Amino acid sequence: MNNSNILKDGNSVEFKTGAWRARTPNHSKDKCKNCMMCVPFCPEACIKQKDNILVGIDLDYCKGCGVCAKVCPFNAIEMKDNNND
Amino acid sequence: MPYNLKEVVKKQNRLVSGHRMCAGCGAPVTINAVLRALKEEDNAVVAAATGCLEVSTCIYPYTSWKNVSFIHSAFECASATLSGVETAYNSLKKQGKLSKDKETKFIAFGGDGGTLDIGLQSLSGAMERRHNITYVCYDNGAYMNTGTQRSSSTPHFADTTTSPAGKVTQGKVQPRKDLTEIMVKHNLPYVAQTALFGNLKDIYEKAEKAIYTDGPTYISAFSPCPRGWGYPTEDLAVISKLAVETCFWPLYEIENGVYKVTYKPAKKLPVEEFLKTQKRFKHLFKEENKDLIDEIQKEVDKKWDYLLMMEEVTNKQKED
Repeated sequence: MNNSNILKDGNSVEFKTGAWRARTPNHSKDKCKNCMMCVPFCPEACIKQKDNILVGIDLDYCKGCGVCAKVCPFNAIEMKDNNND
Repeated sequence: MPYNLKEVVKKQNRLVSGHRMCAGCGAPVTINAVLRALKEEDNAVVAAATGCLEVSTCIYPYTSWKNVSFIHSAFECASATLSGVETAYNSLKKQGKLSKDKETKFIAFGGDGGTLDIGLQSLSGAMERRHNITYVCYDNGAYMNTGTQRSSSTPHFADTTTSPAGKVTQGKVQPRKDLTEIMVKHNLPYVAQTALFGNLKDIYEKAEKAIYTDGPTYISAFSPCPRGWGYPTEDLAVISKLAVETCFWPLYEIENGVYKVTYKPAKKLPVEEFLKTQKRFKHLFKEENKDLIDEIQKEVDKKWDYLLMMEEVTNKQKED
């Protein structure tokens, strides 16, 4: 990292927090009704939407808290333990 | 424009990924919910008191703050610092050194330690001086950053490392300080208490009102902490909902002295429905501690009745 980057706003995206995760969310596009409830509830702000279509969960940052799975009214997100890592 | 979740989530977040808050923390959700109420074209200066939020979003050489100017000085100084920034901004604008058509808003975030305890005098001072700022307290009811020490916002009988539940005491001996009411007594144009409730309409609308009301405004936001409260990380929305439905954390606002309870549960749940979800209240469910839950219920009922009474009285006064 060079010093000039310190002056860039929002540069913490260069720091990946995904390694903290002990459980991984699995988003089912079939069950998802794109209600957008999970998007503002994600503490990591890593659930990506484009024009109100849920694109996916950015696992570079997801800490596996499971808040999204719990707020989803359609059970479209399922948390799975990372046993195989 | 009426609140529309699908529209507001299209806005760019001003607190971005890569911060080091714990998994499931309520604070970043609260912060982004508040900042989403900013118009996209408006600038914002964000000041933070020392606390989880500040230490986890500004770890050198990174910052998680985007499209806002962020400033932090000492623990107790969020309001004083932001007062100074706002005054300098007004002066520069008056001198014609800043563009007249660009709007800048001033928002401070503090935890309950940095707000109700350590930052109280600077907050009170800034509010009394009528700075055009919005102060948001994300309230998780203890000093979580240093490992859950009691604050004056810690609820009655909650177990923390400095108010332990054991043989001698049953958690925090004293009831919670009610800063929202203290802020009302500063005669602010807008004061509100909110939580991450439902589709986040409540917090969005209150943040929008606070940020775009002229003069000093204050918001107290319920911000669950899985580590300090002892509950599974996924239960953020569940805990918030129970706090509201039991009236443990009533949602209300005060506009120029007029109270409005913004959510009235159809059926007020007993407070133990909220308490039983968290380890910090576990000791209250021992047979011999049943009267302590009754005491908490009495305090909750008293506050709720007070709010309903104030709503009636102040609205009547307004009509007269």
